[in-house]
Amino acid sequence: MKRRGQGFKFSLVTMFLLAVVLTGCGNNNTASNTNGAATEAPAATNAAAATEAAATTEPAAEKPTVAFVYIGPPGDGGYTYQHDQGRLYMEKELGIKADFVENVPESADAERIITELAQNHDIVFTTSFGYMDFTLNVAGKFPNVKFLHASGYKTADNMGTYFGKNYQASYLSGIAAGKMTTKNHLGYVGAFPISEVIYNLNAFTLGAQSVNPDVKVDVVWTNTWYDPATERQAAISLLDKGADVLLAYQDSPATLQAAAERGAFAGGNDSDMSKYAPDNYLTNPVWNWGPYYVKAVQSVMDGTWKSEQYSGDMADGMVELAPFGNKVPDDVKQLVEDAKAKIISGELDVFTGPISDNKGNVVVQDGQKLTLEEVLSMNWLVKGVEGTIPQ
Amino acid sequence: MDFTTQLLIAAISAGTPLLLATLGGILTERAGIIQLGAEGLMLMGAVTTCIVYIRSGNLILALLAAVAITALLGMVHSFLTVTLRANQTMSGLAMTLFGSGLSAYLGKSISGIPLPGTSPKLDLGALKSVPVIGDIFGRMDYLTWFSLLLVLVLHLLIHHTSWGLHLRAVGDNPATADVMGIRVQLIRYSYVTAGAALIGLAGADMVLAYAPTWNEGLTAGRGWIAVGLVIFARWNPLRALFCAYFFGALDSLGFRIQLLGSVVPSYFLKMIPYVVTILVLMYLGYRNRNKPSGTPESLGTPYVREQRF
Repeated sequence: MKRRGQGFKFSLVTMFLLAVVLTGCGNNNTASNTNGAATEAPAATNAAAATEAAATTEPAAEKPTVAFVYIGPPGDGGYTYQHDQGRLYMEKELGIKADFVENVPESADAERIITELAQNHDIVFTTSFGYMDFTLNVAGKFPNVKFLHASGYKTADNMGTYFGKNYQASYLSGIAAGKMTTKNHLGYVGAFPISEVIYNLNAFTLGAQSVNPDVKVDVVWTNTWYDPATERQAAISLLDKGADVLLAYQDSPATLQAAAERGAFAGGNDSDMSKYAPDNYLTNPVWNWGPYYVKAVQSVMDGTWKSEQYSGDMADGMVELAPFGNKVPDDVKQLVEDAKAKIISGELDVFTGPISDNKGNVVVQDGQKLTLEEVLSMNWLVKGVEGTIPQ
Repeated sequence: MDFTTQLLIAAISAGTPLLLATLGGILTERAGIIQLGAEGLMLMGAVTTCIVYIRSGNLILALLAAVAITALLGMVHSFLTVTLRANQTMSGLAMTLFGSGLSAYLGKSISGIPLPGTSPKLDLGALKSVPVIGDIFGRMDYLTWFSLLLVLVLHLLIHHTSWGLHLRAVGDNPATADVMGIRVQLIRYSYVTAGAALIGLAGADMVLAYAPTWNEGLTAGRGWIAVGLVIFARWNPLRALFCAYFFGALDSLGFRIQLLGSVVPSYFLKMIPYVVTILVLMYLGYRNRNKPSGTPESLGTPYVREQRF
C-alpha cells in the first residue's frame, strides 16, 4: 500500500485548487471586492445597523460618492459599454471617481451588491431593467442614498428612474432599412418580448413603412441580451427566410457579423457598431448617458434632486443615431436626416395614428398620439410585423 | 435552397464547435479521466485565438497558440488527476472556473475588437454548382473539414488500431493494461492533453467561424453541452458527429419554427434541444437496456499500481 506522502500530495492539490479558484474569482476585479466584503459583513443582518450609520453620517461632502451596477462587462461593445462611457464622461466633467460593479446578474445577487454599494455611496445607478425590484427594496433601507434605475417604472422618495425614447432612433433606422431593402423584407432580432423591445420593433416597422409601404418585418425572439452564438443563429434564420436588412436589439454585434457574411445590411443596438462590418452597416440607435449622469449627480450636489421618471430623447441628446455605414447612399441619409430634424423639433411623433396592429384592430385612431405611458406598456405589434408576442 | 438544406447548413455550423469539444471529451474519458473542464478550456482556446490573431494577424499562429495553451491546461489536469490522483470532478470544475475567470481577465484588452478574418473556406470549384450537396459542402471552412476528418481518424484509431486497444484497456481496466505492459500513466497523460487541445480548438472555432469577436463568456454553456454530448454519444466518435449536428440543428430549429408563424411561446422553443435530448436519452436507454452503456469502466477512478480498491 502506498500511503506515504498522500497527506503532502493532498495539501498540494488543495493549495493548487484554492489558487485556481481564487484566481478565477479575482479577475472580476470590482465584483470580487464586493463579494469579499459581503462575506465579512452579511448584508441582511447588518442592514439595520448600516441604515443607522447612513442616517447619522454628516451630510455628504461636496462631492458625492457614486456607484454603478452593470449587467454586462464594459467591453461588450453595446449597452454596458455606453453606460461606462457615460460614467467616464461624468467623472471627467465633475472630477468624481465613480465605482462600478460589472456582470451583476438580475437575481438576488443584485440586491446584495446594491446593498453593499449603498452602505458607502451617496448615489447608486442601477443600469438594467431587472434590477428594479431589488433597487426598490434597497432604497427602502437606505433613505439617505439616492437610487437611479434605468428603464424601470417603480419609484420611491429616494429612487428615480431614467431612460430615453430610443424608439425615435429605431424609427429613423427603419427609414434607412425601408429604403435599403430590395426584397421589401426586413428582419428584427428581438431580445426579450417585453415592451421596451416591442415599441422599438414597432417604431422600426413604422419608419420602414413611412418610406416603403409594402415592406414587411419578420421577428424572432432570442430571449437573450447577450449570447453571440444564439443571436447569430437567429439572424441566419431570418436571412434564410429572405430578409435582406436586419436590425438587432441585443448588446452583441452577432447579427451584423452574420449579415455581413451574406452581403446583407444590418444594424445593432446601443452603440456605433460600424467597426464590425463597415460595408454592411446600416445604422442603429445609440445611447449617450454622459450628459444625464452629469446632470443627475450635479443636482444631488446642489441639493435640488427630486425623485422623477426622467425620459430623455433625441432633442436632449440621450438618444442618438449612429453614423451611417459606408454603403448607405446619400439620398437615404438625407431622408433620415430630414425625419430626424422633424423628430427633434417635435413635428414628427413616431406613434401618431392611424396605427393598426397585426391582427387588424385599429389601436391608435387617426390624429391621436400615444402617451409616453402607453408607449412604455406596449404589448401589440403593428401591421406589417410577422410574428407573435409570446405570452 | 429549401428549408431542410438551410437547416443542415445551420446544424453543421452550430454543431462544429460542439463536435470538436465532444471529440476532445471522448479522448479524455476513453482514457478513464472525467473531463468537466470543457467550458473553461473552450473559453481559453477562444481568448487565446483572439489575442494572438489580433496581435499578430497570423491565423495559423493563433490556432497553434490556442492548442498549446489548452494542451498545457490539459497537462495540469492530468498532473492533478493521474499523478496526484486528485478528485477528477473537482479538478475538472476547477478548470472551468479557472478558464472562465482567466479568459475574462486576459480578454479585457481585446474585448469587442473584431478579428482580422475568419476561418478560410475550402473552395470546391465544380462541386459548388451541384444542388444541395454543393450548398452544404461548397461553403464549409477548413476547421469544419478538419473536424469531419478527425471523426474518421478517431473512429479508426479507437476501434481499429492497437493504440486504440491500449487506450480502451487503460480506460476500462488499467490494472490489466499495466500487466500487459501498457504504460498507463503515459497514455492517460497523452490523451488528456490531446483531448484538452481539441476542446481548445473548439473554442477557436467558436470565434473563427461563429462569433468573430471576443466577448466575456462567449461560449455561453456550450462546453457543458459538450460534456453531455460525450455521454449522449456513448464515447463513440461517429455517434458524436450525429449528436453534435443533431444538437446544432435543434439549436437553430427554434428560430425557424418561430418564423413559420408558430403560436408556441419562444421560451418553449428554446427548450427544444433539452427536451429532445431527454426524450432521445430515454428512448436510447430503453432500447439499449440490455447492452453495456459504453462508459469506460474505470472512468473517474485513479489508478494506483498494486493497490486494490
